[in-house]
Amino acid sequence: MMQKIKSNKDIQIINGNQAAALAVKLCRVQVISAYPVTPQSPLSEALSRFVESGEMTTEYIAVESEHSALTVLNAASLVGARTFTATGSHGLAYMHELLHWTSGARLPVVMACVNRAIGAPWCIPSDEQDSVSQRDTGWVQIYTRNNQEILDTIIQAYKVAESMYVPVMVCFDGFVLSHTNMPVEIPRQADVDGFLPHYKPHTIIDPATPRIYNSVTLPDPRFEIPDIPHRGYMELRQLLHEALENAKQKIEDVDKEFAQVFGRSYGGMVWEYCLDDAEIALVTMGSLSMEATVAVDNLRAQGYKVGMLSVRVFRPFPRKEVIKLLKKVNLAVVFEKNISYGYEGAVCSELKASLYDSDAKARVFGCIVGLGGRDVKARELQGVIKKAASVKRYKRTQEDGPQWISYL
Amino acid sequence: MDKLPMKENALSLPEKEYLLPGNRSCAGCGLSLAYRYILKALEGRAVITVTASCLTVLQGMYPLASVNVPSINTPFASVAAGASGLVAGLRSLGRDDLTVVGFAGDGGTSDIGIQSLSGAAARQTDFLYICYDNEGYMNTGTQHSSSTPFGAITTTTPIKGKRYFPKDMPKIMEAHNLPYIFTASSSFPIDLYQKVSKCRNIRGTKYGHVHIPCPPGWSFPTSKAVKIGKLAVETGMVVLYEIENGVLRLTSRSKQLAKNGNLKLLDEYISHQIRFAKLTGSDKQRIQDWINQRWQQYLARDIS
Repeated sequence: MMQKIKSNKDIQIINGNQAAALAVKLCRVQVISAYPVTPQSPLSEALSRFVESGEMTTEYIAVESEHSALTVLNAASLVGARTFTATGSHGLAYMHELLHWTSGARLPVVMACVNRAIGAPWCIPSDEQDSVSQRDTGWVQIYTRNNQEILDTIIQAYKVAESMYVPVMVCFDGFVLSHTNMPVEIPRQADVDGFLPHYKPHTIIDPATPRIYNSVTLPDPRFEIPDIPHRGYMELRQLLHEALENAKQKIEDVDKEFAQVFGRSYGGMVWEYCLDDAEIALVTMGSLSMEATVAVDNLRAQGYKVGMLSVRVFRPFPRKEVIKLLKKVNLAVVFEKNISYGYEGAVCSELKASLYDSDAKARVFGCIVGLGGRDVKARELQGVIKKAASVKRYKRTQEDGPQWISYL
Repeated sequence: MDKLPMKENALSLPEKEYLLPGNRSCAGCGLSLAYRYILKALEGRAVITVTASCLTVLQGMYPLASVNVPSINTPFASVAAGASGLVAGLRSLGRDDLTVVGFAGDGGTSDIGIQSLSGAAARQTDFLYICYDNEGYMNTGTQHSSSTPFGAITTTTPIKGKRYFPKDMPKIMEAHNLPYIFTASSSFPIDLYQKVSKCRNIRGTKYGHVHIPCPPGWSFPTSKAVKIGKLAVETGMVVLYEIENGVLRLTSRSKQLAKNGNLKLLDEYISHQIRFAKLTGSDKQRIQDWINQRWQQYLARDIS
C-alpha cells in the first residue's frame, strides 16, 4: 500500500497554464487583459474563473485583440496597477507594436508567452520562433523548463519588472508544458505577499499635477528647458538598454532571494548541468533543456564528457555567464527551436558573439530542431554529439550554416 | 422639448483654461477651438488618451505640454483600448475621480481604430470617445480616410477626387446600443460644451463626433475656419444632433434649420474649398441627393 506522504506543503498536479494562472493570483495582479490563442486559452480561462468567482479582485478586460490587450495594460500600468497578459504565436506577433510601447514607456507589465509555431502555414504545436522574433522589443525574456519554474518565475518576474521598470516576458513551450501535468508546489500567499511589495509606479495620473506621457520627443535633448528632465529620444533609448543590462544583476539577486524564501532557485541568468569537467556542451533554451539533461546522462553513461548550458534569460543575454561556463569546453552545440532565416538560430548567433575575443575558445555549432512542435528526442541530440565527438577537428565550418535535424 | 441645459453662453463658461496658449496646431485649426471647449466642459476632472493624430502634435513636444490635464499618447489603432485600460486601472485602485476621454481623428476612428472602439463600446466601458473629424489624414499630409467627403481632392485621391461617400460613424456606434451619442462642430462651441458636460453624468460609453474644419487640408483661408464649419451645418453636410438611449434630437443650428426648413444649397459650402474644385455637375448633384436623403432621415427621427 502506498504510504501517504505527510507534508504541510501544497503540492498540486497541474499543467503549465494552471501554474501560470496560480502565480498571477498569488501576485495579486490588479488588471488582466487577454485575447484567446491556442495554447494560451486555458490560462486566460483559468484567470477568468478566478475573477468571476471572486477568488481574485481584479479587473479582467476581455478584449477584441492582442493589440488591444497590451494597450489596455500599458494604460492601466501607467495609472499604477499591476498588470498581466498571456499570449503566444500570432497573438504575440499582433502585439508587436505595443511591445515597443511597453518597454519604451518603462512599464513593468508581465506577460506569459505560451510558445507556439507561427504561420503560414497554420501550425499549432510549440517552437520558440514567436518570442525569439520579438527579441529587440526591449522586454526581458525568460525561458522556463517546467511547470514549477513557470509559477516561480512569474512571481520573480514582477519583482524584477517593478524594480527595474522593464517589462518581462515569461516564456514556456506550448503543450509540452502548457498542457502537461506535473507536480507543482504552490507557495503560501503570505510568503508571496512578503516577497513581493506593492508596485510603486514612476508615473502620476492626477489633474493636480497634470503630466503627459509618450509625447512627441526630439532626437536631441532640449537643453533650452533646463529645469525639468528634457532628454532626447536617443538618451531615452540608451536608458532602456542600460535598464536591461542592469536587470541581469537584479534577476540573479531576485532568484537568490526567492531561494531563501521558497527554497527553489533557477540559476538566475543560466542553469548548467554537468558542465564542470565537460569537453562538449549542449546549449538549449526552454523545456528542451530537460530533454538535453537526459541526453547528457546517457552520453555520460557511455563515457562522453558532456554537459548542458541552458539559456534561461535570452534578453538581456547572459554574456558573462556563457563565457565563464564555456571556458573549459572545446565544442558547444546549440540546439534551438527557432531560425533567423538566411543565417542561423538566434541563440547560436548570440553565443558566438559572446565568445568572440573572449577567453573561451570553444567552437560553436548550431542545430535547428523541433520547429512546429516536431518532437525532439534525447537520442537525436546524442547522435549529433557523438558525431561531433568522433572527429578530431569537427569539419563543419561557419559557412555551412546550421544543421537541420529534419528529413529534408 | 430640448433637454439640454440652455443657460450657457460664451460668457458664462468656466474661465479656467485647460488648453494653454502657444500650442502647435495650424493657424485656423478647428481642433484647438473644439478641444478648448471640451476641456472646459470636463473642468479638468479628466484623463485624456490620444492616438497618433493632429492632437498629438497640438499637445506639445516632450518635455513641454500645451494642456494641463493628464494625458497619455497611445498607438494609432488603439485609443479606445487605452481608455479601457485607464478605466480598469483607475477602478482597480479605487479611484472614481476622473472621466476617461479617448480622442482620435477620423482615420484613427473610422479606419485603423474601429476595432478597439467597437470592442470598448460593446463592453460599455465607462468613458467618452471623441472623434474629431477633419475628414482625412491631415497630420500625415491630407491623405483620404473613410470619412473624407465624396469628390474631395486629397493627396491619395489627387486627380479624380474620392469616389465613395463617407462612413456614418455615429450610425455605426448606434448599433452598439450606447446611452449617448452626439455630433457637434467646432463652429458651434456652446452646443459642443453642453453635450460634453452632459456626458459626465452618463455611465457607459459615450460617443461624440465633432466636425473640425482644416484650412490646410481643405484649402481655404485660415480666417474662414469658423464660417466654413457653420456652412457645413447650414447646408446639411453636417447635422448637429444627440441620441439619448436611442432617441434622436436635432440641436442648435440644425434644430433651427429643421424648424424653418431653410437648408442652404451645397455650393455655398463647397465653393470656399479648393479640395472640391474638380467636382462635376453630376458629382454635385450626387452630394446634394446624399444630403437630402440623410436630412429627411434625421427629420423623421427628430423629436426636438
